[in-house]
Amino acid sequence: MSARRVVLDPTGERVPVRRTLAPARARLDGCVVGLLDISKARGDVFLDRLAARLEAAGARVARYRKPTFAKPAPADLRHEIATTCHAVIEALAD
Amino acid sequence: MSDSPLPHDGWVLVVKRECETCVMVAPLVPALVDALSRGGEPVIVASQDDPAFPAGVTVRDDEDLALSWHADIDTVPALLRYRDGREVARALGWSRDAWRELTGIPTLGDGLPAWRPGCGSRSVDPDLVDGLRARHGGEVLRSRRIELADAEDEHEALFARGVTDGLPVVPPTPERVLRMLAGTRRRPEEVVAVVPPDLVECSVEKVAVNAVMAGCRPEHLDWVIAALRAACTDAFNMHGVLCTTMPVGPVIVCNGPGTAAAGLNAGVNALGQGTRANMAIGRALQLVVRNVGGGRPGEVDRATHGNPGKVGFCFAEDEARSPFTSLAASRGVPAGVDAVTLFAGEGPRCVVDQLARTPEALATSLAAALRATHHPKLVVAFDAMLVIGPEHARVFADAGWDRERVLAELHARLALPGAELVRGAGGMAEGVRADLAGATLPKFRPGGLLLVHAGGEAGLFSAIIGGWANGAMGSEPVTQPVGAP
Repeated sequence: MSARRVVLDPTGERVPVRRTLAPARARLDGCVVGLLDISKARGDVFLDRLAARLEAAGARVARYRKPTFAKPAPADLRHEIATTCHAVIEALAD
Repeated sequence: MSDSPLPHDGWVLVVKRECETCVMVAPLVPALVDALSRGGEPVIVASQDDPAFPAGVTVRDDEDLALSWHADIDTVPALLRYRDGREVARALGWSRDAWRELTGIPTLGDGLPAWRPGCGSRSVDPDLVDGLRARHGGEVLRSRRIELADAEDEHEALFARGVTDGLPVVPPTPERVLRMLAGTRRRPEEVVAVVPPDLVECSVEKVAVNAVMAGCRPEHLDWVIAALRAACTDAFNMHGVLCTTMPVGPVIVCNGPGTAAAGLNAGVNALGQGTRANMAIGRALQLVVRNVGGGRPGEVDRATHGNPGKVGFCFAEDEARSPFTSLAASRGVPAGVDAVTLFAGEGPRCVVDQLARTPEALATSLAAALRATHHPKLVVAFDAMLVIGPEHARVFADAGWDRERVLAELHARLALPGAELVRGAGGMAEGVRADLAGATLPKFRPGGLLLVHAGGEAGLFSAIIGGWANGAMGSEPVTQPVGAP
């Protein structure tokens, strides 16, 4: 047997794009915070509470909702959030 | 091809000493080479097994079969003519007329028989061809090559790289992947799917690599590709099927005349182990999702329990003995066309009814068991697949019930009173909203009950495979013809 044994890489050989995090904001006032409801049961209950607390701290809250929790957020929705908000909270529930 | 051993213009004669026809022709070769060389073009005489044969001419040693491979020779002796870098004519074996016509030498082979069959070229020897394909055809492969260290156990090396499903895999060597690629007419670089969750474009070659690992044979590859294409549709929603906490995975039901040639089992233990095609095709799909798509348990795969079928779950419908139209036909696939239907399903459970002798009694039993899918009080949200065993199917067939009748009778028995389903009813907190108490609710949405005929001859049983969140918010069953463009 030859000593040289080669196998082929079964993965997608993906090279992930490296992105730096946006700088953390020191204050919430004047900040637009997106709240993404993934459409799980009672996710809205949790997000309502978060919205109230964020607004009390001076943030402006923008609410979004995925059509279904079972699929990734549509590209248009992701784009809208990215161009509108300074920060986003994606909420689970159940 | 820049490294081709073949002439741009000229002649090639390929022989081997082991071949009686080559031995018969050998005495002609020196004069033949002389005559052809007078035209000013090179004449290459290549020997596959003995560089001293034939005597009296300069012989190109082709024991490594590089020239024979590139010339695509399956029979020796072979006389080939090249012009402008292309083969323009060839004569295989010995045919006096053909050789005379090709060479323009009217007296060639005087005294030899008019015709003798040639022998198989060593370059198509089944024991050698995979190595040749890897050595000379390897440029078609684009996957990164991983060289294993001398001391590395190849199985442990693949476990260590995180590319198995917890069972050993067949190491995907270039030879094996090239052999696998012979199972499809598609080109290796063709992208056949974008695989979730990482949404990675997946080439036929990557499918083949994972199919080798899963234990597939080349004739399984087109089935795996079809299953992958179905899985990666928006309708099937492989991303959701993968990431859900529920125990589902892609269940592949195979239909069509090609199931037999692929070795797929629709009979005894069809949903179980022991049949290579069933096991390997299902496993290959899951390995592609894991390795190409990046869908790994504990990462994007968040299943609370999972089920053993997530290693792979694939079986064929028993169409030959079925009294019903097939699943594929019911979903619009023409007769004679191979197809896979993907269903997001959990593990199967058995329904026993050994006493029902009327279709009504059997339908009532099956409906009662189907009602329990996921929870007896949850309705509409989940589909189910009912795999009717042959002995149960016979009860329906004897009464003249066809597929549509069986489904209609089951749906009729699964129209449930809301009062039994509301939260708190029957002492169970789970259920539907209280305001639905007065409604009649279907256990399954229209089309949400799939019927398949499979299983061994003996046993008054059927099997239920529960589904997942259905429709646009979850997963739709998807049917995909095999080998379709």
